[in-house]
Amino acid sequence: MNIGRRSFLSFVIGGAAGTAITPLPWKLIDDSSIWSQNWPWTPVPPDGEYSQVNSVCTLCPGGCGITLRKVDDRVVKIEGMKGHPINDGGLCLMGLSGLQLLYGPTRVKTPLKRVGKRGEGKWEKISWDEAISEVTKKLADIRSNGESHAVGSIVDSESGTVPNLFKRFLTAYGSPNFMTMPSIQDTYGMTLQLMQGVSAQAGFDAENADFILSFGSGIIDGWGSPVRMFKANSAWKANGKKVVQIEPRLSNTAAKSDKWIPIKPGTEAVLALGLANVIITNSLDSKKISRSTGFESFKKLVQNEYSIDKVSKITGINSATIVSLAKNFARASKPLAICGKGQGSIPGSLNEFMAVHALNALVGNINKEGGVWAVTETDYIKWPKLEMDSVAENGMQKERIDGAGSEYPHANSLLNRLAEVINSGDGSLEVIFVSGANPLYSMPDSKAMKTAFDSIPFVVSFSSYMDETADNADLILPNHVYLERYEDVPTLAGLSKPIVGLTRPVVKPQFDTKHVGDVVMLIAKALGGGMADAFPWESYEACLKETLGVKWDVLVEKGFEFNGDKCILEGDFNFYPEAMKSLSNFTPVSAEGSAISYPLILIPYDTIRLANGYIGDPPFAIKAVEDTVLKGKNSCVEINPKTGKELGLTEGRYASLLTPRGKAKVKVHLYEGIMPGIIALPRGLGHTAYDKYLAGKGCNFNELIGPAEDPVSGLDAAWGIRARLTKV
Amino acid sequence: MKEEGKHKKAKKYGMVINLDECTGCGACMVACMAENNVPFKEDESNKLDSIAWMRVYKLTNGKSYPEADICYLPRPCMHCEGEHGHSPCVSVCPATATDYNHETGIVSQIYTRCFGCRYCMAACPYHARYFNWWDPVWPEGSTKYLSPNVSPRMRGVVEKCSFCFHRYQLAMDKAFLEGRTVLEEDEYQTSCTQACPAGAITFGDLNNPEHKVHQLAKPDNKHGGRPGNPNVFRLLERLGTNPKVYYMSSREWVRQAGDNYLDNEDFAKNYRH
Repeated sequence: MNIGRRSFLSFVIGGAAGTAITPLPWKLIDDSSIWSQNWPWTPVPPDGEYSQVNSVCTLCPGGCGITLRKVDDRVVKIEGMKGHPINDGGLCLMGLSGLQLLYGPTRVKTPLKRVGKRGEGKWEKISWDEAISEVTKKLADIRSNGESHAVGSIVDSESGTVPNLFKRFLTAYGSPNFMTMPSIQDTYGMTLQLMQGVSAQAGFDAENADFILSFGSGIIDGWGSPVRMFKANSAWKANGKKVVQIEPRLSNTAAKSDKWIPIKPGTEAVLALGLANVIITNSLDSKKISRSTGFESFKKLVQNEYSIDKVSKITGINSATIVSLAKNFARASKPLAICGKGQGSIPGSLNEFMAVHALNALVGNINKEGGVWAVTETDYIKWPKLEMDSVAENGMQKERIDGAGSEYPHANSLLNRLAEVINSGDGSLEVIFVSGANPLYSMPDSKAMKTAFDSIPFVVSFSSYMDETADNADLILPNHVYLERYEDVPTLAGLSKPIVGLTRPVVKPQFDTKHVGDVVMLIAKALGGGMADAFPWESYEACLKETLGVKWDVLVEKGFEFNGDKCILEGDFNFYPEAMKSLSNFTPVSAEGSAISYPLILIPYDTIRLANGYIGDPPFAIKAVEDTVLKGKNSCVEINPKTGKELGLTEGRYASLLTPRGKAKVKVHLYEGIMPGIIALPRGLGHTAYDKYLAGKGCNFNELIGPAEDPVSGLDAAWGIRARLTKV
Repeated sequence: MKEEGKHKKAKKYGMVINLDECTGCGACMVACMAENNVPFKEDESNKLDSIAWMRVYKLTNGKSYPEADICYLPRPCMHCEGEHGHSPCVSVCPATATDYNHETGIVSQIYTRCFGCRYCMAACPYHARYFNWWDPVWPEGSTKYLSPNVSPRMRGVVEKCSFCFHRYQLAMDKAFLEGRTVLEEDEYQTSCTQACPAGAITFGDLNNPEHKVHQLAKPDNKHGGRPGNPNVFRLLERLGTNPKVYYMSSREWVRQAGDNYLDNEDFAKNYRH
């Protein structure tokens, strides 16, 4: 074919005209944009029938009501339940991201038996029958050797049917070693016992108070029942109520308060006693109280030992501030003093709690509107009396491994002592059950805790998630998560009106998991004899229904019920119980370490965006963490720019943080809101387990600190530790 | 139907955020992520590529210890009205993938129209827009909680806060079935407003004097909705973007942080609220 100039041109022009006229190129561009956005891996969530179910959040002790939005059998959103007495529609970010725990990658999907070394992550899937017979065999052997007291359990709290099933199980088995995760409730309970002679918890009528004096409590950082405290805080703002925050760091609570008074960490009790001195000396105290037991000795103590000058010197707060604070507090019509640092997961010094509680008594707000109420939960658990056989009786005679009730007579449980007792060879356990708790992460000196666990031959975890403790267990018997199970949720958490809620199965179990209550009963039944008789119920659900009785219907219908009483103060308020005598030569609980090798002081801080208990941050929550708290793989420490200058550290620099207990590589964040000489590190980071969204991020504060035993209560009173920060 | 619509008074949905009450807890951020199928990646500590339709910023007063103070500021999309609906992002979008709805005052984002030029991101003075650099990946099983009301986005498109527009549509559908054309104030609330544990966010129709947002902000519609309440301000007021998100604070330094002032400028004189 001969292509001439003419035919070439007509071909080109004709082609161009033809292309321009056909819709083909435009269609192709359009198609390509549609095609490029229709990848099969971009999910299209299926539509379906919409419904709503009410339940209760169990991710923290706060007890918020939740409403779950469902599409067919999927839950697509968790929202706060409107009209619930605690949260009335609001919800915190953990509660909101709960679905990532239900459907997320961190679930344990079947019972697992360890095949590799501990913590190596090598597991074998086993059936529930095998798992239960494994535990039963072990327990039967130990019991027949008369070593029943060498079995222990760690659960999240003392109240509710599940913890009580564990307690009953251990009692019937013959072990006193029922241990719970520590919190400020332990210390408040003891304070009320010693000063008011009641076995009760402190309930704060925060909503009605008009002057709130907080000794480092993270009112809006997750203290108490978090959403309830947020709401109270907003109400204070709206009604012009005053909040004074005392702590060395400008926390969110301090920033939102009317006055932030920085204090040398660990000297809060001294300040409280100094304030008491001003109140008594100026006769600002409530006259009704002055006739109370121990008042004269208390008065002598504060006037002789806690002069304003001395208090000012110890706490670093100037005298005028102390005097005006005391006067403003005492002159308010409904003042309220609270303590328990941060989110309240460290029990704290008993002296400090008693000193602060004495302030409440001085201004006469005990069992008053806007004050502190002694509240008790209604004990709805009325189970048939336990028939103990001789093995059980013998086992229960033995002293607890943690020394609670013997060495420390006021304490119920002292998990903080477990690691030291085991590691020093003073005691040992053969089997430990862990349910709803993650002690290998959240106990101070978590490495020592791990060493202790390493020496326990058989560790059984009931965790729904692959947390640090489950990761180091021999057997995991995964519980349903809270959206898959029935369970009563009694809530105290500083409420002046305790509540019990009911969490219920909103979806059917997603994996091959079993309710921990059922598993405990199955093990007991497999052990037979008196153990089987102790659990006459056919399932946990049957047990729960029978236990709740008439409450069951109310809880199913409404989701919650008020469940408690306010105790009437009987007899006197005791200002100076025996346990407080040590105050006469009071020296604050000091931070571990020598000032020469460790010139700075490391304190932890809590933020509501980081969970530091059994639940680890789900992906949404960790996403919400600021880049001045977590950057890449490193936690950020806060130091004052002055301290930074002295150390030659600038913003964003890497540094090595060293304490007598451990070390970590951190990033420096210069913050004007922290006292010079102090380093603050967020809690809730540094997980090694769970999933890739949480593991390996930042460092765990608990690896850097050790417990400090309170001399009276035995509880952990460590508020910080000496540290060194150096350039790397 | 269309005629009827014309006679209806235009709504102007907006928000008032009380910064005195805001605790910086981040519940709004997560409530938004959970509601709107926002994806997440392994590392979200690089905030430049971390998609958060609602982001809480921390402001500092710049003073030294112990006079230092901080305040949190939640930042959704401002749904700027600009002048006559010319929001900065809408006017630069070559694909009409983002548009100003004159009926509701909401600035939309239509993912299937967006082809990822990111002009809107450059135009937005509030950094409220985020680009999907990667396809979203949900861990196995996690797609079960995705809501059918909001389509998950794909790589190469821009996304931002929609004032939970799907909730408006659902509420309108419900009202229509009940034979109503007007929504009650509580029928349409954004996910963040609902979740805020401190109750710091108020949402509603700024044009409706009965709505709380109107009462709090006292918008002056003759001047682009400028707030009449002296404690209320908008971000970068002087740019003239006329945002529909208002902030309230009793602290002067916080109000001052809402806009750029020269060092020698008289804030009291030039503060436009």
